[in-house]
Amino acid sequence: MSVLTRGVPARLARRDPASRRPLLHTSYRSDMALLNSRAKRYAVLAVLAAAAALPFLLADSDLNLLAGGSAYAIGAIGLMLLTGYAGQVSLGHAFFAGVGFYTAAVISGDPDGRSLGFGVTEILIWLPAAGLVAAVVGAVVAPLATRLRGLYLAIVTLGLVFVGEHLFARWESVTGGPSTGKRPPVVELFGYRMDADGTAPLSLGPLSVGPFTRQQQMYWVMLVLLVIFAVAARNVGRSNVGRAFTAIRDRDIAAGVIGVNLTKQKTVAFAISSGYAGCAGALFYTTVLNVNPNQFNLFLSVLFIVMVLIGGVGTISGAIAGAFLIALLPRISSWLADVLPLVTTRPQDVLNDSLMQFVLYGLLIIGFLLFEPRGLVGIWSRVRNWWTTFPFSY
Amino acid sequence: MTTFLAAIADGLGRGSVYALIALGFVIIYKSSRVISFAQPGFMIAGVVLVTYLVEIPGLGFFGAMALGAGLIALLGLGVERSVIRPMIGRPVFAIAIITIGLDIILRTVAHAYIGPLVRHVEDPWGREMLTVGTLRMEQRHLAAVITATVLVGLLFLFFRYTRMGLAMRAVAEDQEAALAQGVSVGAVFAVSWALAAGLAAVAGSFAAAGVSVDNTFWPIALYALPVIILGGLDSLPGAVLAGVVIGVLRSLADNYPDALSWLGSNPSVIVPWLVMVLVLVVRPYGLFGTPEVERV
Repeated sequence: MSVLTRGVPARLARRDPASRRPLLHTSYRSDMALLNSRAKRYAVLAVLAAAAALPFLLADSDLNLLAGGSAYAIGAIGLMLLTGYAGQVSLGHAFFAGVGFYTAAVISGDPDGRSLGFGVTEILIWLPAAGLVAAVVGAVVAPLATRLRGLYLAIVTLGLVFVGEHLFARWESVTGGPSTGKRPPVVELFGYRMDADGTAPLSLGPLSVGPFTRQQQMYWVMLVLLVIFAVAARNVGRSNVGRAFTAIRDRDIAAGVIGVNLTKQKTVAFAISSGYAGCAGALFYTTVLNVNPNQFNLFLSVLFIVMVLIGGVGTISGAIAGAFLIALLPRISSWLADVLPLVTTRPQDVLNDSLMQFVLYGLLIIGFLLFEPRGLVGIWSRVRNWWTTFPFSY
Repeated sequence: MTTFLAAIADGLGRGSVYALIALGFVIIYKSSRVISFAQPGFMIAGVVLVTYLVEIPGLGFFGAMALGAGLIALLGLGVERSVIRPMIGRPVFAIAIITIGLDIILRTVAHAYIGPLVRHVEDPWGREMLTVGTLRMEQRHLAAVITATVLVGLLFLFFRYTRMGLAMRAVAEDQEAALAQGVSVGAVFAVSWALAAGLAAVAGSFAAAGVSVDNTFWPIALYALPVIILGGLDSLPGAVLAGVVIGVLRSLADNYPDALSWLGSNPSVIVPWLVMVLVLVVRPYGLFGTPEVERV
């Protein structure tokens, strides 16, 4: 018995070596698998089960916050594909989110309302449409973006937000204008209203559950959508398209030399990313009553960048973690207001909790870039490495 | 014709404000190849500080502006030393994002000090007009033009004749060569951040002359982005000229809204951005900028 297997029960030692060495991959297929180790499979399963059970444990207001976090996460995943994988910076995602939102709101809007609406409230119709229209707009903008690199791209996409804000504010027949606003899309799945409190218990044979509140239902809808979008993005990331993206990110000239079609791949990256942003925009505002065109401003774009950045550039799980941290920040800052002296929750005070919230956005950006550029994922991998080699530090 | 001349005069006033902010962007870009998105934050912080300083008796608008610009320059110095200096050697994009974080903090704190009401810089001009024959120009715009001209002249002398100016030009030319010659690159970065912050504060004070300062004041500073793209990211004369051009274009759009009616009401808000997109398509390095050469 070798040193390595000493102490391991005979039952385990007889198994194939891969089961005890999660990082040993004996085939390309297992290396590229979605969940390429047993620990990851169990962990993802556990997280999903816990997430699905949360509506039974948390208050409705918390669920609302988390549902918003899921919508944010979809947008952050989209920006992650563009910035983290393909290395193209975009400060314009608020504009694409707006395009998606108005597409969805018009399709599901009241046909007799003051602004344009077609009354198709099925989410399976308006959500793909929102993504598609935003993706097309992204692809239209992309030719300009593919000519530019780095900070020039950041500035031109920033300009896009201002042009978009102007457009949304003036196009009153679609957006309702700044004074009226627009009602968000109605969430209806197979004819069942998800964004209204359930009236009767749902029964499936002898089993009967509910009725659920609208916050519980919306949370589950968002969670399922988040999982779908995240898996899709992960699959893009590990396909040939994703490899082309990372090649462009690492060195675009080198990528061009080895045969990556730069214009095409950058356009694809922009289209996918804006499609995600469009879906996020359509979903995020489903929990509010009325949306003003100036919601889609530069700050929303910056928020998306912050989510990607504090999550950890280049990983889908990082985008999700970052999005939830940002979504929970209002809660964190009001908690800080309780804990810290001088900080109050009264809006008339200079040092109040909403100020804290914005200052925290800034501090998070600066802190993570200075001390942990790999973001939350970086912190996690440090913790994991520390335990892997425990009790040795290397 | 009178409308046209008035629009030009108005544009010159606005343009000199844009030019001053844009100069800050360019000075930072030349020294460290980073576009600092913190300029709007420094500007609004400067303006709010000035609105408080003018309340000191005997200081007056110009005194408050000079003092405010000095204090904001010190703030810029501190920010550079504490947040930007540790980032040297990291990707420029990371530094640009840090400046966005700075901007959020500066703006939030400044807005908190505006309070529930609007504030004023108590400038001596208000909306008074100066009339020469048929030509009418707002006095505040004339003051902005004169101040901007003086400051640009001083900057020129600074870059041309002082040791620090020479060091800054050397760093802009070639950072490593300058370092090898004994130029303190760190000091150059610090001075460029201080200059940029101070210029933003002065520009903000003139932008606030005759109007009130509230939470929607800060986007004025963002018009400096189309300006630096038009003028070229690394060209100081370009920033001045393009600032005036963008200012005049905005005024023309305000005065002739019928010609731009297809852009909806109030087209002057997006004219600079459209100009910027046009420039980027035709000539991405701007009018006077250095074309970017990619070495493999």
